[in-house]
Amino acid sequence: MADKILKKLNIKVWRQNNAKDKGKFETYTIENISTGSSFLEMLDILNNKLILEGKDPIAFDHDCREGICGTCNLYINGRAHGPDTEVTTCQLHMRKFNDGETITIEPWRSKAFPVIKDLIVDRNAFEKILQAGGFISVNTGGVPDANTIPVAYEDAEESMDAAACIGCGACVAACKNASAMLFVAAKVSHLAKLPQGKIEAKKRARNMIAKMDELGFGGCTNTGACEVECPKSISITNIARLNREYLKARFSE
Amino acid sequence: MSILDSKIPEGPLAEKWNKHKADIKVVSPANKRKLEVIVVGTGLGGASAAASLAELGYNVKAFCYQDSPRRAHSISAQGGINAAKNYQNDNDSVFRLFYDTIKGGDYRAREANVYRLAEVSPNIIDQCVAQGVPFGREYGGLLANRSFGGVLVSRTFYARGQTGQQLLLGAYQAMNRQIEKGNVKMYTRHEMLDVVIIDGKARGIIARDLVTGKIKRFGAHAVVVASGGYGNVFFLSTNAMGSNGSAAWQCYKKGAFFANPCFVQIHPTCIPVHGDQQSKLTLMSESLRNDGRVWVPKKKEDAEKLRKGEIGPNDIPEDDRDFYLERRYPSYGNLVPRDVASRAAKERCDAGYGVNAEGKAVFLDFKYSIERLGKDVIKARYGNLFQMYEKITDVDPYKEPMMIYPAIHYTMGGTWVDYNLMTTVPGLYSIGEANFSDHGANRLGASALMQGLADGYFVLPYTIGDYLASEIMVPKADTQAPEFDEAEKAVNQRLEKLYHIKGTKPVDYFHKKLGHIMWDYVGMSRNEEGLKKAIQQIREIREEFWKEVRIPGELDNLNQELEKAGRVADFFDMGELMALDALNRNESCGGHFREESVTDDGEAKRDDDNFTFVSCWEYKGEDQEPVLHKEPLVFENVKLTQRSYK
Repeated sequence: MADKILKKLNIKVWRQNNAKDKGKFETYTIENISTGSSFLEMLDILNNKLILEGKDPIAFDHDCREGICGTCNLYINGRAHGPDTEVTTCQLHMRKFNDGETITIEPWRSKAFPVIKDLIVDRNAFEKILQAGGFISVNTGGVPDANTIPVAYEDAEESMDAAACIGCGACVAACKNASAMLFVAAKVSHLAKLPQGKIEAKKRARNMIAKMDELGFGGCTNTGACEVECPKSISITNIARLNREYLKARFSE
Repeated sequence: MSILDSKIPEGPLAEKWNKHKADIKVVSPANKRKLEVIVVGTGLGGASAAASLAELGYNVKAFCYQDSPRRAHSISAQGGINAAKNYQNDNDSVFRLFYDTIKGGDYRAREANVYRLAEVSPNIIDQCVAQGVPFGREYGGLLANRSFGGVLVSRTFYARGQTGQQLLLGAYQAMNRQIEKGNVKMYTRHEMLDVVIIDGKARGIIARDLVTGKIKRFGAHAVVVASGGYGNVFFLSTNAMGSNGSAAWQCYKKGAFFANPCFVQIHPTCIPVHGDQQSKLTLMSESLRNDGRVWVPKKKEDAEKLRKGEIGPNDIPEDDRDFYLERRYPSYGNLVPRDVASRAAKERCDAGYGVNAEGKAVFLDFKYSIERLGKDVIKARYGNLFQMYEKITDVDPYKEPMMIYPAIHYTMGGTWVDYNLMTTVPGLYSIGEANFSDHGANRLGASALMQGLADGYFVLPYTIGDYLASEIMVPKADTQAPEFDEAEKAVNQRLEKLYHIKGTKPVDYFHKKLGHIMWDYVGMSRNEEGLKKAIQQIREIREEFWKEVRIPGELDNLNQELEKAGRVADFFDMGELMALDALNRNESCGGHFREESVTDDGEAKRDDDNFTFVSCWEYKGEDQEPVLHKEPLVFENVKLTQRSYK
């Protein structure tokens, strides 16, 4: 349990100055990292070292560092969010690595998520999918008392399970087809499981799927890779629910 | 003093808001279409305001520095949101929530604002449920509640340990709907660097596109700043890495008064600092104090053995554990307010009873509630928090108590606003954590979410109309006006100045140094000598920063070090004002503890005769002392007493 010191690590990382740049891997070494440090703290230390050496630090996305905002998104040693389960990159700790190891860091790779700089990608496609229908159409004010419509405990829990999605994009990065089905399914399930969201469920599924296809995400072939890498353990049963809602929508057309 | 007109409506407390709503002006739908509003920040306050204003028909431009509005730091709020629903039949009411909030804030908030907050709180829950927020429910299908610190009723609504996330997603979804309709134009990865004032009114902002580095101008008829708090002055805090006070600080420099900067909340239950490689502290929700018991060993030798790792917490027998909150505050026990719990933890650790290697941690133990309720119940309530704790510390909190220590969490101080949430600059509004208005000297748990959404959904959409009704004949802001030229030029000059220093030390070096000064002298315990020292040291480190900082990369490209440098440059100025305000307020109240002002048994002692006012600071220019204005606080409905949770 006590923290140890990793004397030396080799960090092989994707460098790309902007969207048009071709990009390449560079390898840096870093010394004396505590196993109690987080992965991103290790990168902070490396970046401060690079700055002092007159080099450009590695650009990476991060914000809350508590695993909830969904900003951080590194592909580490061939896995979305690195070698641990149920964590975001910011929750990954250095105790998962060994002294002397070479750690490879890449950005999310997907046509729909173009690289902006180094490890930072543009996930605006997720925004567009949600804008296409990931909401319940109510305005502020004029709504009934919160306890007017009871919601079965199990439905609220299942809705919450799906609503836990943080929109990080690991599901897309992990999928060999770069499909966004788990992301879309999570939002459709979150809302369809509640009586308030049922009214627009069909339209929602139809519009969000159409937008997903339009934006260049791949199709789902049920490999389940998304579920494995999802930091919030969103289940692929949500994809089955999405398919049901989508079929219902198509049949009612 | 006319400049500090709080515009609190006349009449009995319970009727003020309704009366005010009846008195203020309304803008017709046809005119709303002609008016533009800028909203800076997309957390609970900003997102709910942007969505609600767009629904009303205004043209909204919304800005966030993140890659998506959903990532604003409201998302990290864990425990819950308060509302005076009285669903539990435990004699809760609007008045009780008002009273708890005023008392919890140690009588340093405005009665009228706090009452309005309590009054609209039930509407928030209704709104969120209609949006599809999956709140926790009972088996009968109705909404569940939990308790929070400083309160004797059960009025907190929650979505597991992710309430902030779910509420923000609700507001974000409402905003997304308006983006799709074209009523909100969303600018992600944009950071506001200045506010533009024309003819004395806020008419736009200057923002940097964080991807291209381009400086852009945006015009509007009103500007709403919802940019959160300034807790990151301390370097280590529970705030997100990007959370900053710069938007609010630019407003201050353009004439908006800054209120109570020294009122900072230190949260008692955070994962303790380890070593010196840390960039960020992690909060463990206050809701855990519902079922966790806080303790340290009774014997110093046990504490020493714990620190050396010779024994574990489970080796200490029941009789040798000091449940110091239950001992000192029998009626509230583990649920005392945050400031009281934080100071009590510090007191035990300073006395030599700290339990981690650094001696700066206490235990939060779930053994007793697991015995009473079973592991499954605890898991259902706090599963995600326990998982988070284990991932960070490698300790299983189902088997061993958590270790916790206080950390900077929230800033009650902020931009001064009147009852309409307008700053001292006409047309410039401040909502949510960015303003000062509702929490006094200490915020109660689960009240930040309540305030953000109250401001954005139910207050600002009404009060902004009162101002905009007079602006309907005013044409769209001309972004080619000289005031925009000047503001853009100043922004560019500052960025270039920072960039061309090309010194020898990275931004973090300076930020960490500032953080240490703030934590040591402007943290949990403050005194005159220390505060004076802090001001001196902040000035020295700021001078060094402007000579020695090194910013790599390019000005016209994505450049995270440049972003950080601008924020840290403002943190120096904010830190100095916080220390000055703390020095000026020679009383202990809420989160502000002055060692010179304590009772005989060591509790905080307020000085109502001399300090029942809001400190409002006016910027007078670089290297000039700011001027203090006082807004007297008048209490007509509650009696000021020394808070007691014993």
